[in-house]
Amino acid sequence: MAVLARAPAGRLEALLDAVGERPAYTLLRAPESGLVMVRGRIGGGGAAFNLGEMTVTRCAVCIDSGPIGHAYVTGRASRRAELAALVDALMQDPARTEALEARVIAPLEQEQADRQAQRAGKAAATRVQFFAMQTMRT
Amino acid sequence: MAYVAVKGGETAIDAAHAWLAEERRGDTATKPLSVAQVQEQLGRAVDRVMAEGSLYDRQLAALAIKQAQGDLIEAVFLLRAYRTTLPRFAHSKPVETDAMRIERRISAIFKDLPGGQVLGPTSDYTHRLLDFSLLDEDGAVACPPPVAGETEPMPRVSDILRYEGLLEADTAGPGDPGDLTREPLAFPAGRDVRLQALARGDEGFVLGLGYSTQRGYGGTHPFAGEIRMGEVSVEIEPAELGFVIDIGDLVLTECQMVTQFKGTKTVPPQFTRGYGLVFGFHERKAMAMALVDRAMRAAELGEDATAPAQDIEFVLYHCDNIEATGFVEHLKLPHYVDFQSELQNVRRMRAAAEAAE
Repeated sequence: MAVLARAPAGRLEALLDAVGERPAYTLLRAPESGLVMVRGRIGGGGAAFNLGEMTVTRCAVCIDSGPIGHAYVTGRASRRAELAALVDALMQDPARTEALEARVIAPLEQEQADRQAQRAGKAAATRVQFFAMQTMRT
Repeated sequence: MAYVAVKGGETAIDAAHAWLAEERRGDTATKPLSVAQVQEQLGRAVDRVMAEGSLYDRQLAALAIKQAQGDLIEAVFLLRAYRTTLPRFAHSKPVETDAMRIERRISAIFKDLPGGQVLGPTSDYTHRLLDFSLLDEDGAVACPPPVAGETEPMPRVSDILRYEGLLEADTAGPGDPGDLTREPLAFPAGRDVRLQALARGDEGFVLGLGYSTQRGYGGTHPFAGEIRMGEVSVEIEPAELGFVIDIGDLVLTECQMVTQFKGTKTVPPQFTRGYGLVFGFHERKAMAMALVDRAMRAAELGEDATAPAQDIEFVLYHCDNIEATGFVEHLKLPHYVDFQSELQNVRRMRAAAEAAE
């Protein structure tokens, strides 16, 4: 679900089309935008406090064969939430799990890891290398 | 005094709104500004509006900035108003900043710390000279290649110092934290509510107060123990699922200010901390917040509370720029009857004074 929550709608559409998995489904809960109150910890590791809210969109779908898929994604993103819920539902069908894992989740996971590695690499390039200064006293 | 209903001005207001829209658009010979451009290219303004609007949504903040013609407090107002139209689904698990995917992390108290000093996309070392090359519409940007390889873990400086017992430890608190969007402020306000208020407080106000503590009004000699910025995951536990799920990321800036504390009869001398945590890349605010957080702990730590920044009530009642702008700007509204009564009063007093001569 963490991977699906971060997937752009366009990528989800494309990957689902590539797998050829677009069964009919019904919306149990149409995409709905709302808020999550984000909490922090006092001092970084202490008791919780309310930092502020963020927008989220949730959706629940049901495919005809039964399984219910849920999604909560950040932002106001109806299509993204709906597609993420659909994949979540499809994943619960044992006949489909493997193909979806390999052809939808794995590529998305790789893209997300690449993006993170890219940013981590940029950060690493700004890491300070200290050089000891020669002092007058020897 | 009673308010008197007055009608009129509709046409004038309509015309004012129309002119406002035209002014917002500016000279039509220039290209219109897209919300995506604001979101991507005015990131620090977006961060500030999200922090003070207390709503993390980059696109909405960018829209608010465009709509408010770059008036950031007006943009915060728009975001706060929009927020009230949405239901709250859940609260998150407390975000874990020690697991932050670091983009910037510096410490002013330890040079060589695990994970190192990572500058990130900072303007700290720029010369503050206007860069006229930006006048060109499409100046290409060259970034040095990323450095590959495993990144070292970056424990928080506060966790490093804590091993020696020289730094006060974080304490777990009871149950649900207070929420000033749900319950009105009550005093004495707990540190949870104070941090919430500061996180959404006006940057200028919090900065000024933080500065005042450095200049001696409630002075505690602070060190920037650590500042870190990067992405953290947000996790919630929806009732219908019954387990915790990761719903995405947000960018936070955290600041730990470290301050000497001479101790009491029961507590040995040690370092205490002020804490700052804000939405986005928003370092000045996080630092100021940490200073003011520490100042407001004066009473708790047995220090004299004499300065404005140490006065919890003063800080919390005045740090919110939407409340502040509402009360200051309400003076624009008609006070015709108010003023008539004052006018009569002054005339009467003057007549009485003249008669007495």
